[in-house]
Amino acid sequence: MDELIEKSGFEGLSPTEIQEITAEMGHYEDKTAASIEALKIVQKHRRWVSDPCLVAVSELLGISTAQLEGVATFYNLIYRQPVGKTVIHYCNSVTCWMMGAERVREQLCRHLNVKLGEMSADGEYTVLPIVCLGACDHAPVALVGDQLKLDLTDNAVNEILKR
Amino acid sequence: MASIEIDGNTYNVTDGNNVLSACLSLGLDLPYFCWHPAMGSAGACRQCAIIQYKDAEDTRGRLVMACMTPVSENMRISLAAEQAHQFRSDNIELLMTNHPHDCPVCEEGGECHLQDMTVMTGHIVRRFRGKKRTHQNQNLGSFINHEMNRCIACYRCVRFYDEYAGGKDLQVFGAHNNVYFGRFEDGALESEFSGNLVEVCPTGVFTDKTFSTHYARKWDLQTAPSICVHCSLGCNIAPGERYGELRRVANRYNGEVNGYFLCDRGRFGYGFVNSLKRIRVPRLNFQAMASAAAAKMQFHDLLKSAKGVIGIGSPRASLEANFALRSLVGEENYFLGLENTEHTLLSAIIKIMRDGGIHSPSLREVEQADAILILGEDVTHSAPRLALSLRQAVRNASFELAETMHIPKWQDAAIRQLPGHVRSPLFIASICATRLDDTAAETYRGSPEDIARLGFAIAHCLDGSAPVPESLSETEQALVTTIANGLKQANRPLIVSGTTCASLVVIQAAYNVAKALPSKGSHLTFTVPECNSLGVAIMGGKPLQKAFERVSNGSADSAIILENDLYRRASNRDVDLFLQTASQVVVIDSLENKTTEKAALLLSAATFAESEGTLVNNEGRAQRYFPVYPATEPVLGSWQWLASVMENGQSLHHDAITAACAESILGLSAILQAAPRADYTVEGSKIPRQPHRYSGRTAMHADIKVSEAAQPTDMETPFTFSMEGDTAQVQPSLLPVIWMPGWNSNQAINKFQEEIGGHLRGGDCGKRLFEASGTLPWFNNIPAAFKPDPKFWRIITLPYIFGTEELSLQSTPVAERLPHFSVRLNPLDAEKLQVVSGDPIEIADPAGTAILEVTVQIEKTMPQGLLGVTAGRPEFQPMQSCSQVKLKKLIRESPP
Amino acid sequence: MDIMDKPLTKNILPDRAFATLADYESTGGYQGLRQAITQLQPKEVRQWVKDAGLRGRGGAGFNTGLKWGLVPEKKTNDTKHYLVVNADEMEPGTFKDRFLLERDPHQLIEGIIIAAYAIQANTAYIFLRGEYHLAAQRLTHALQEARTKNYLGEHVLNTGFSLEIHLHTSAGRYICGEESALLNALEGKRATPRAKPPFAVVSGLWGWPTVVNNVETLCNVPHILQYGVEWYQSLGRGLDKGTKLFGVSGRVKCPGLWELPMGTPIREIIEEHAGGMQDGYKLRGFLPGGASTDFMLPEQLDVLMDYDTVAKAGSRMGTGTIIVLDDKTCPVQMVLNLEEFFAQESCGWCTPCRDGLPWTVTLLKDIIAGHGRMEDLDTLAGLTRMLGPGNTFCALAPGAMEPLQSALKYFRADFERYIVGHNVVMEPA
Ligand SMILES: Cc1cc2nc3c(=O)[nH]c(=O)nc-3n(C[C@H](O)[C@H](O)[C@H](O)COP(=O)(O)O)c2cc1C
Ligand code: SF4
Ligand code: FES
Repeated sequence: MDELIEKSGFEGLSPTEIQEITAEMGHYEDKTAASIEALKIVQKHRRWVSDPCLVAVSELLGISTAQLEGVATFYNLIYRQPVGKTVIHYCNSVTCWMMGAERVREQLCRHLNVKLGEMSADGEYTVLPIVCLGACDHAPVALVGDQLKLDLTDNAVNEILKR
Repeated sequence: MASIEIDGNTYNVTDGNNVLSACLSLGLDLPYFCWHPAMGSAGACRQCAIIQYKDAEDTRGRLVMACMTPVSENMRISLAAEQAHQFRSDNIELLMTNHPHDCPVCEEGGECHLQDMTVMTGHIVRRFRGKKRTHQNQNLGSFINHEMNRCIACYRCVRFYDEYAGGKDLQVFGAHNNVYFGRFEDGALESEFSGNLVEVCPTGVFTDKTFSTHYARKWDLQTAPSICVHCSLGCNIAPGERYGELRRVANRYNGEVNGYFLCDRGRFGYGFVNSLKRIRVPRLNFQAMASAAAAKMQFHDLLKSAKGVIGIGSPRASLEANFALRSLVGEENYFLGLENTEHTLLSAIIKIMRDGGIHSPSLREVEQADAILILGEDVTHSAPRLALSLRQAVRNASFELAETMHIPKWQDAAIRQLPGHVRSPLFIASICATRLDDTAAETYRGSPEDIARLGFAIAHCLDGSAPVPESLSETEQALVTTIANGLKQANRPLIVSGTTCASLVVIQAAYNVAKALPSKGSHLTFTVPECNSLGVAIMGGKPLQKAFERVSNGSADSAIILENDLYRRASNRDVDLFLQTASQVVVIDSLENKTTEKAALLLSAATFAESEGTLVNNEGRAQRYFPVYPATEPVLGSWQWLASVMENGQSLHHDAITAACAESILGLSAILQAAPRADYTVEGSKIPRQPHRYSGRTAMHADIKVSEAAQPTDMETPFTFSMEGDTAQVQPSLLPVIWMPGWNSNQAINKFQEEIGGHLRGGDCGKRLFEASGTLPWFNNIPAAFKPDPKFWRIITLPYIFGTEELSLQSTPVAERLPHFSVRLNPLDAEKLQVVSGDPIEIADPAGTAILEVTVQIEKTMPQGLLGVTAGRPEFQPMQSCSQVKLKKLIRESPP
Repeated sequence: MDIMDKPLTKNILPDRAFATLADYESTGGYQGLRQAITQLQPKEVRQWVKDAGLRGRGGAGFNTGLKWGLVPEKKTNDTKHYLVVNADEMEPGTFKDRFLLERDPHQLIEGIIIAAYAIQANTAYIFLRGEYHLAAQRLTHALQEARTKNYLGEHVLNTGFSLEIHLHTSAGRYICGEESALLNALEGKRATPRAKPPFAVVSGLWGWPTVVNNVETLCNVPHILQYGVEWYQSLGRGLDKGTKLFGVSGRVKCPGLWELPMGTPIREIIEEHAGGMQDGYKLRGFLPGGASTDFMLPEQLDVLMDYDTVAKAGSRMGTGTIIVLDDKTCPVQMVLNLEEFFAQESCGWCTPCRDGLPWTVTLLKDIIAGHGRMEDLDTLAGLTRMLGPGNTFCALAPGAMEPLQSALKYFRADFERYIVGHNVVMEPA
């Protein structure tokens, strides 16, 4: 493991992160395949992927930074900018849209005093739209952190933000 | 061959091709963006839509992409069908939704594939009323401009840069219509082939930054067929001039040599032609002379008064210039401007190439190789374009596998995706890490002796009768077996070696391996230092040291030095002594250098851009370059200066020199066929260098003189400095500008090839001078293994694409890419000296006299006991005479 | 109804969070696997599934056994085959796979093992949508259980067959559901689709022969092996065999998901199972199988939900999850929402999709904002043809055009009203 830390050339990745990423690498024929999971692992620990982290991950995986950035910027769930502790993904796809997604967005943004993608002042939340969460029979819905919140009524804010 | 029906006409086309390629080969117009003849199909742009019919009865057909559709016997297709035509036009309309209509200020304008294709599809009316997406651009270094708003997302740039050329730092980011092609962050593009983006990009995203500083439209450039002078491969180039200044270099297709691509040294190294260091007037004892006539007179008198004149030739001057010098001074007084080692190496190479019985391949043939051994070269730096070809050769195994899976060669992504990353084996034995290592099956690092020993051992392993080196280590022996097996199984194995190691045994070992190979299709290629190294080696002559002797022993008192900075070749002491001893020194050159500083009579020579001549590339191909624009008096071609002082020389034509050279030198007789004579005409006229749209000729000098100056006449070549004349019948290899109605970009080359990506109609440029015949006995001069000396380090010069070559270094954008001045050292050696990367060290000669201070760069792969220095850097000139040096850590007092 | 009629959901009970291994085994779980792996040759398993008439539930409806049969025979031991489960469900309006994944993970795992055996794959990947956290948790747990019981791992059930299943969680992109893009995503690359041919069954993951199957497809497999081909064939009501998860979302009384025989009439699904429209809302139309299917009209309610019948009615069964358009939702705005989705989810590889969808969105926005022109409707219609099947690199763009082209046909007046300025403003709730 020490050798890997040295190899990554970036003390910024924690031993845990390196260990988790290395474990993922073992699942595939080719190390590149762990790119997405590696970025998600970094994100699990630090919420988002900073430039230095991206560089460190690319070194660990043995691919170019540009290639990893090409991957990182392709996917919706990789954040290349800081986000709040909890990301609220409200679904804005067709059924939720019909059933009141706009209202959910509007309430959340007003309550947290943020625009989409911004972090709330206390660093707790970021609100982002997401495509269909596969719960259309309970529209409108939102994914709060990793919790799916269903049947958001007029009281969306309460339902989402209550602990 | 397959017979297919296109819009009612029947054609015979090559099987296995895709329909787009087939249609273009037939000369039909079909637009495309993402497909590239060298890079195959991607299916991304959807521009090449046609209609394919099921059978003879089908009247509706279905829309398919020509580039993704294989040719099949009796297929019926239509390019003209309304539905297809409409689709192509609509597709352009979609590309145009975001494309800025900035053609007037865009440097691609006038040679823009997107413009051409837009006109071809007939899309003219804009319906999109929305906003365009915009991007920020990046600074990509001194070679390439970036203007992302013009991007049509054809993905060609990344496919070329990343996949074809093996670059790592250009990628596509983002998704949907927000895709961005660039680097992770601002900075110079790292690939040695980045310049090709200028031509690969079908629009103006990537343009030539060196051209921007003195931009002219393609149609306003005066152009002549030319040959790159920056390495030994002889890539074909199309340099363009305006207002007496060389403005840029573009690729000129040669189906046997460079194909569609150049390296960055070749493309961006031209700036020396316009450099402030140009010698624009002759000088006598440092005084500018009034005219060429006066200088000629002086030259004449000087020769007359001389007691003995020797001539020193040059591997960067043309055959004709060298031959003229030899004729002037006489064969016995003519010396090749090569120092001993290089002379020996080149002579050995010529001998092997001629009498060794093994074919020396063109770059096209290199790309066919199915197993490769590189012995002692870092080709990316010594012969860059060759590296690009080797990268393609490595793919041959995957093409073979693909064939068994019925995947056609042009299905590019599918082939790159094949299981197990199958590759034709590339084995690299080199001093230290090379830029091709990422594609290599095996690498070996060692001193030149060790590399040679490895080669000898491989040869022995292939053929027991070849001599065997003693005491190879077990790992070496295992590697030898692997390499020998890889080569043995190949049908078209290729051995690459050259002069980089400055080692005769490496070259001999390379020959032994090639000779030992069982395959009849084996090839052997050598890279040599300069653009005409092989030419002068064929011409033959004595080395430089012999010239020095002639002056020191008093048998000559005067020297004519032709385009040769002797300080690059011999020690300061030796050259100083020589130049001081000689009572009269005439130097003919185009750029100031240390030798020109010492000239009593300095004659201002034309560069390749302003004169003509024949060069012989490393393959043994003679190629002619022609002046792009006339040299203005008192600048003359070197051969003209020399001819001017020969009997009847004033009326001597270049053709006459070529002819005399061909006649008197064994092995050069075929140079006559490298290009036609000056009296060659097409339909009664000479070939125009200026395109038909060349504008402003009558007004160009209006600020000086109202009446139009007469166009200069070119007595020496079949070309004219004019736009008058017919180009339609000119054979493609002689065309200055590649252009066809509707095809203004360089992609017009489609119209001039026998078949897409194949040879030019009427033959590619150049003439191979000889075919290998016979065979040579095994070389058995096996050296002992290298043992590091605890007290001394052996100097090893390593080529570098930017900086090693003399002329391109005088081009500012290239000079900007020069790496930091340092020496490379093995980590263990560094430890011993207690230095780390960036530390200064002192280099001293074996006697301990300090020569120079320099910073250290630790290079993991550098063998112990060797000290790597970048070849050709003037900073290292003081250590030229040492082969071994002492090193000492320097303690610098840290600033307060 | 008998549980034999609801093989897919027999273990999914309202009062049970999810079926544990014990729950699953109690209704005959892993018997299909035992049957396949101990009694049948891989070839026979493929034949059974082919004969059963199971068609892919990912949307395209390709015969599953037939697809497995396209994998070339393994010639040497260093040849690899892969099975990949497409659990990337992201098509708006589709919520069937999440249900199966969360509530009965072992059913999928058993299906995977049988399928892997049938195509002789020793490694399988579950490509799971990144947002499906609960499913990831339950699958991870279930995989562990299956390993301890030797259903998975070295020498499955003490046979010569070994299999490892890895769970890959994606980072989100609709295009990852397209099978060749999915393979690129799994390889850690940008998820742009690959050119076909070669098809994944010949050259897929890292170039090896690969079968990609939908979650629901694989969930059918254990039952075919356990109860046999004839039983399976007896389940369909129309042309297709077996059962299917059908769902309804939108303004119906009880939106939800039900396992019903293939070929159940749409009317029955919407009116009986979903309880009909909510009070005060009328049915104006519906997308029968997710966002990328053509609108159908109330007059077509009696069409049977099977692949060919729905196709004949001018749409596609797709994922079998119906999205209902009510009379208070503006079809133009609904189409805008869909097209915004598709434009955003375009991978950016091919021109018509990358640049055509944003233009579509611009035009729809212009129209809705009152800046539309009549000729814009022709432009839109032109785009639906331009981005049609075969014209783009993959099927995303043609899918995107299905709701638009049918909306232009059925709801043209709604578009025109915006343009001539007499629109009755209808806003979503
Ligand atoms: C744009 C696009 C998105 C798709 N998304 C999914 C998906 O989320 N899940 C799925 O199973 N199939 C999806 N498919 C279909 C797959 O490409 C593929 O046909 C399917 O996974 C095959 O499995 P099956 O034969 O079991 O249906 C999608 C296709 C396209 C063109
Ligand atoms: S249709 Fe083209 S751009 Fe759209 S998702 Fe498919 S390949 Fe990508
Ligand atoms: S050239 Fe055929 S799709 Fe681009």
